[in-house]
Amino acid sequence: MKRNPLLLLGAALVALQALAALLAPALAPHDPNAQNILARFSGPTAAYLLGTDQFGRDTFSRALYGYRTLFAISAASVAFALTLGGGIGVLAAWRGGWFDRVAMRMMDVLFAFPIILLAIGVIAVLGPGAVSAAIAIGVVYTPIFARQLRAPTLLLRDTEYVAAARSIGAGDVRILLRHVVPNLAPIILVQASLSLSTAILVEASLSFLGLGTQPPTASLGRMLAESRNFLQLSPWPAVFSGAAILLAALGFNLLGDGLQDTLDPRLRARP
Amino acid sequence: MIRALLARLGELLFVAFGVSVLTFLMIRLVPGDAAQVMLGASDTSPEKLAVLRHQLGLDQPLVAQYGDWIWRVLHGDFGTSAWTGMPVIDEIGGRVGVTVELTVLGLLVAVVLAIPAGCLMAAMRSSASDYAVRILSIAGVTVPSFWLGSLLLYGAGTFAPGVPLIGWVPFADAPLANLQRIILPVAAIALPVVATLARVVRAAMVEALGQDYVRTARAKGIGEALVVFRHALRNALIPFTTSLGIMAGYLFGGSVVIEQVFALPGLGRLMVGAIVERNYPLIQAAILLATAVFVVVNFVVDLVYVAIDPRARAA
Repeated sequence: MKRNPLLLLGAALVALQALAALLAPALAPHDPNAQNILARFSGPTAAYLLGTDQFGRDTFSRALYGYRTLFAISAASVAFALTLGGGIGVLAAWRGGWFDRVAMRMMDVLFAFPIILLAIGVIAVLGPGAVSAAIAIGVVYTPIFARQLRAPTLLLRDTEYVAAARSIGAGDVRILLRHVVPNLAPIILVQASLSLSTAILVEASLSFLGLGTQPPTASLGRMLAESRNFLQLSPWPAVFSGAAILLAALGFNLLGDGLQDTLDPRLRARP
Repeated sequence: MIRALLARLGELLFVAFGVSVLTFLMIRLVPGDAAQVMLGASDTSPEKLAVLRHQLGLDQPLVAQYGDWIWRVLHGDFGTSAWTGMPVIDEIGGRVGVTVELTVLGLLVAVVLAIPAGCLMAAMRSSASDYAVRILSIAGVTVPSFWLGSLLLYGAGTFAPGVPLIGWVPFADAPLANLQRIILPVAAIALPVVATLARVVRAAMVEALGQDYVRTARAKGIGEALVVFRHALRNALIPFTTSLGIMAGYLFGGSVVIEQVFALPGLGRLMVGAIVERNYPLIQAAILLATAVFVVVNFVVDLVYVAIDPRARAA
């Protein structure tokens, strides 16, 4: 842990941005939706740290609130995928037989769709919006969690401590919750972090296309979409909203990558 | 060998069937009545509703609907666009070229750049700049392509205002003008894929260079260049090849988004428009066709994997 600067950098980036999102109401110097036509297309100044957009809205305040939207939707979607997909993967390995085959073939079908297309399909059914985006991204990541958790559960099923737990009369539910799932925690942690990194990019893409969070809620993807028409007048909102998306995805990717190096004993010895 | 191929073919057919069922169910899963949603809340004429329901096949039992639908799909009839009345397949055919060109060129650029970049990164491993290179490569993976595209557009407008780098000219009309205008969008979608693939090559090269056969090759006195390219790289390219199918899907998704940035008349803009207009038959056909292509692409990648890795033949 202490010899892994990338992990520390990732953790710091995530902590900083999560804090910014949580404390947005306290930190934001302006109302994110307050318009000031006199200060349109302002560059960075003391009053507007990161400049203003075409309506004179403060880019810094909007970015802080945009982080809230981005993290809320991405976290909800990964939690959805972890619960549904992870549950399917663990149960498939545990039950084996026909349940395993049918469940995993269904996951193969979901996995066959290109990510954005599956998300677009779900949003076409549910209609554009924040909740639809969260469900859409959750569905996209469901087969990934199912596959990632199935294989290690197969190994755990045959361990001696599981056999010991069974021999003292513990039921399936107790064994799964007390002995199997805790041992999956490192894998869940790594996969959740890496998935969050890409879920953030998918959420931003959907918002950018106008299929995610609807106005007036501040959203980083939408900020970029709205401000890029005025790039020549003022590049600041577009530059900073995109940079914020990049930093959010980068933080979780470094964190997941670092956790993988630290938690996976097979990789620990490697240079 | 034959058994492995047959098993994979069986998986392919099952997945293709599953994809078709799921895509078919799409319209049926719309909350409420898809036909009513398409007409809009203000239009309550029961006649129009009945006509549209019949057109979409919603007035029949589910299994009959699927059978009827898949039969027509297999004969190239994907229905008519709800708004233009044109066959959906024609609307898609007019747009798909842009997206395919972006995806193919993006993959080409990514493959050409990622292999040397990955080898270089493997060679620089545990040098002082290793961390910088790793952070840069992860940043490359996580850069939003639509942001990069917007910045490239801004840069082009600022530093090369006279050069026609945006807009769309069909390749058949003017190949050079076409390529000139597609440089920036391809660069924007290719960078994250270059970074991803370079990391795959790096990891595989680091592993390959630590193998016994590399030590043996060196011990025999073979030159370092030959060891790296003949012995290590050829093995390192196996995981690289298997990830190409997924990367093609990823590039396709990237181009769906980047078309919006560069105002390219591709499948992505068609689909986003179709969602806003609730043009379900169009979205359904686009998703089904594109996914079918990627199912086949991944099958071909599997075959290549079996062909280049003797260990896979036994499995």
